[in-house]
This record gives sequence, structure tokens and C-alpha cells, in this order.
Amino acid sequence: MRDRGSTWLAELQDVSFRYGTRQILDGVTLRFQRGRVTAIMGPSGTGKTTLLRLIGGQIHADRGRVQVAGRDVARLSRAQLFELRKRMGMLFQSGALFTGLSVYDNVAFPLREHTALPEAMIRDLVLMKLQAVGLRGARHLMPNQLSGGMARRVALARAIALDPMMIMYDEPFTGLDPITLGVIMKLIRKLNDTLGLTSIVVSHDVQEVTAIADYVYLLSGGRVVGEGRPAELLGSSSGWVRQFMHGLPDGPVPFHYPAPDYGADLLDGARESA
Amino acid sequence: MMSSLQRLGRMTLRFFARLGRGNLFMLRVLAGMPSVLPRFRLLVAQVYHVGFLSLPIIVVASLNVGMVLGLQMYNTLVDFDAESALGPVVALSLVRELGPVVAALLFAGRAGSALTAEIGLMKATEQLSGMEMMAVDPVRRIVAPRLLAGIFALPLLAILFSAVGIGGGYFVGVGLLGVDEGAFWSQMQDKVDWREDVLNGIIKSAVFGVVVTWIAVFEGYEAEPTAEGVSQATTRSVVFSSLAVLGLDFVLTAFMFGEP
Repeated sequence: MRDRGSTWLAELQDVSFRYGTRQILDGVTLRFQRGRVTAIMGPSGTGKTTLLRLIGGQIHADRGRVQVAGRDVARLSRAQLFELRKRMGMLFQSGALFTGLSVYDNVAFPLREHTALPEAMIRDLVLMKLQAVGLRGARHLMPNQLSGGMARRVALARAIALDPMMIMYDEPFTGLDPITLGVIMKLIRKLNDTLGLTSIVVSHDVQEVTAIADYVYLLSGGRVVGEGRPAELLGSSSGWVRQFMHGLPDGPVPFHYPAPDYGADLLDGARESA
Repeated sequence: MMSSLQRLGRMTLRFFARLGRGNLFMLRVLAGMPSVLPRFRLLVAQVYHVGFLSLPIIVVASLNVGMVLGLQMYNTLVDFDAESALGPVVALSLVRELGPVVAALLFAGRAGSALTAEIGLMKATEQLSGMEMMAVDPVRRIVAPRLLAGIFALPLLAILFSAVGIGGGYFVGVGLLGVDEGAFWSQMQDKVDWREDVLNGIIKSAVFGVVVTWIAVFEGYEAEPTAEGVSQATTRSVVFSSLAVLGLDFVLTAFMFGEP
């Protein structure tokens, strides 16, 4: 299944999306190479998560085309879309573990839903996936007994339960302590390389992304404002790219929210109260 | 004047839009029903949650309602020397009205609110979205078994409500106030008709079961995916389903017992 088609597993061509009156994406073109970790970075609220939902077919673009494994996601029937989704894993920021099920049952969930495997084999598979994320010993715990990082690792084990061709990470680095952060970074890279996955990482954490990504797209205001390998972006001459990649407080994105002249503003206040 | 008219219009439109969405949602759930039947254990778990866990409140409430009914009716009937009619009066009130209606109201508060909160929370914590991304339809996997369980559980709870309520009326009337035991039961047997009274009461509670559970799962599924949104949805679920039960009760009563 994996070796069919071009070098690009997923492609977005000139995609626009608006939510109500707000233009979230405005003519975005992205390509995701097979076997690589591709990151989408940008400030909060630039439609990064929207991109993942478009690729997963949960929402459809107003304009442009979203292709996954050579198929136009918007044109698939519900059954075909579900077939495609069985080959995609998605890791939500919150983990989205089923609160009523134990760690073991969470990881077993997709296997039980989509395969007719005997319970003994499901057990082996679940333990293998949990072993891969280092939580085989935590299989009897309930989600509310897990720390944030552990929950994300269990969710990762669940996402790879059906051996997908692709996995999408929504802000995988947010709110983790340094050790857990290192574990998650290592896992994303390791799973990508050992399982032959294609990974898409949505994040605004520059350091982590530059450490593990093969290719990076920078998004701002619903457009692609920069792309390239991490090293290229770090050395970019573009003002915006530099500001974002190095986390500079001032630059093309101003420190100040648009406001009238400071001095005049203060004097106005003095005049009003006089 | 104009603005209040506009507001009325807007509210009406919004109400019907919501009703329409609710109906479409119900169609989706019904389409998902056949996939529930082979997964019997899912259904059993839900019947336990909405039905069995509602038992304490149903039993306690019905016992009290029955006892109050026995006391009040006795006080009135005794003025006409008709206290031997206590049996049928208590039984008819419970079987026709109080059983289905009060059980449905309690069910809306206990099980309906829990369903709304559970589904709303699953939505707020991306569990439903995650399920969709795992190629599992949450309407089939989560909503359909819950709806079916509610439809199945409420009639049973209503029957239990009436039975325990009659027991409470018996305890007060015969046990405490000295109504003749033979008259209590034989008059009841004589005046309560199986088809006309008992069956109609069960039909009522089945309708309420559909409506209350439908509103509960719909409100949960439509909830704004935030903590505040879920709490609002839970409130709406209880308010709307209680009003729907009371409104429908009148309509059903008019149809069932209306003609002379």
C-alpha cells in the first residue's frame, strides 16, 4: 500500500478555508513527502489545526484540493473516507483518550472496531504498541490516573495501533516537562523511521521542531510565508521568518497592538479628565 | 415594538432550525441502530447506566408519591363514605398519569442530564472527534446504544414506579388508616382496565422515553465544546425534556382518554 504513487503522500493545492467571516486559510499549497517528518509552524490562530482537519476530511476546503495517497479527500464517500482514515493516525493535543476505558482498552479500541482478530492477538498487538511508547506497565491505569505526557504517549500508541501510513500530531510539545518533551520528540522521530510512517507535526515550538523535522512550512495569516529545511529557515534573510524562528519580540510582527500615537493618547486622557 | 417582533421572529426561526437539526440527528441515529444490535454488550452497559442506576430515585420517589396519594385521597373520599374506592383512585392516578409522567421527569433529571453531560464532555475533550478520525462513527458507537437504552429503560421504570406507588398507597390506606383490604384490591381489580389504563400508561412512558433520551443525546452532541457549553447543554436538556414530557402528556391523554 505504501509504495504506490508519487513521492508525496499528501498534498494541499491552493487551499482556502473560511470559518464564518474569518478567512483561516488563504491559498495554501503544502506537500508532504513519504517517510519524512514535515512540520507546519506558525503563531497561534493561523489555521494549523484546521489543516489537519482538512487532511483528515473532517472539514472541507472552500477552494483548492486536498489529496491524500492520490485521492481527493473532499470527493470520497463516507465509507471511502473511513477506509482512508483507518490508515491515518491522529494525535490530539489533549490526547482524546476515552475516559471510560483503561489504557489497555483505549489502545485496543481501533483493533476491536476494525479487525476481527482474536482477543489473544489483540493483546499481543496492544502490548507491542504500549512497549513502543514505554507504557506497557501502565496498561491497567485509567486515563485520569495518567500525567499529561503519559496520556499523550498512550494516545500515540492508540494512533499507531492499526499501523497507519501517516500520522498527524496536533501541538505535541505543548505543556510538557523537559523530560517528557524529550521522550515525545524521540518517539515521533523513532516511530517515523522504524515504522516507515509519514509524519505531519503542527506546532509553534521552534526548538523542538527544528530538532526533529525534515522539512518545515511556516504559516502566518493563513498563508505560507516560508518553507525549507530547518537549518535553511534559521538562516533565512526574510524578516518575518527570522523573527519567528528566533523568537524576537519585535520585527515585522510589531510588539504593539495597533494604537494611536502614544504621546497624543496620554495627552488626550489628561485633557479629558481636566 | 419592531425590535421585539424581530426578536420573536428570530427566536421562532432558531427554534425550528434546532428542531430540524434534532430531527436530522435522530434520522442519523436511527440509521445507526442496526449496528447496535450485534453489539449487545454495549447496550447492556448503557441500560445499566441509565436504567439500573436510576432505580433508587425511582423507588424512593414512587413510595412517597404513593403514600401521599393514599393520604390525600382518603381524606377526601372519607367525607363521602367512599374510602373503599381508595384502591382504584390510587391505582388509576399512578398507572395513567403519575407513573409515566413523574418517572419521566425524574429520568430526565437523573439519566438525561448524565447522558447530555457525558456526551458533551466527550465532545469537549475531543473524544468524539478522535473517534471519527479512527474511522468510527460516534453516532453509531456512542449515541445509538444510549438512545436505545433510554427507550428501553423508561417504560420499565414507569411500571416499577406505579407498582411501588400502589404499594405506598396500600400501606397508608390499609395499613395506617384502616381501609378494608379486600375492598382496596377488589375494587382496584374491577376498575383498572388492562388495555385502557395499563397499556396506555406504558405507551405514554415509551413515548416519553424516546423524547427524553432523544433530547438528552442531541443536546450533548450539539453542546458547545467548552466547560460552560456543557453545563448549559445539561440545563437545557433537563428543561426541554421536562417541558416536552408535560406538553406531550396532555396531548396523549387527550387522545387516549379524551372521548367519552
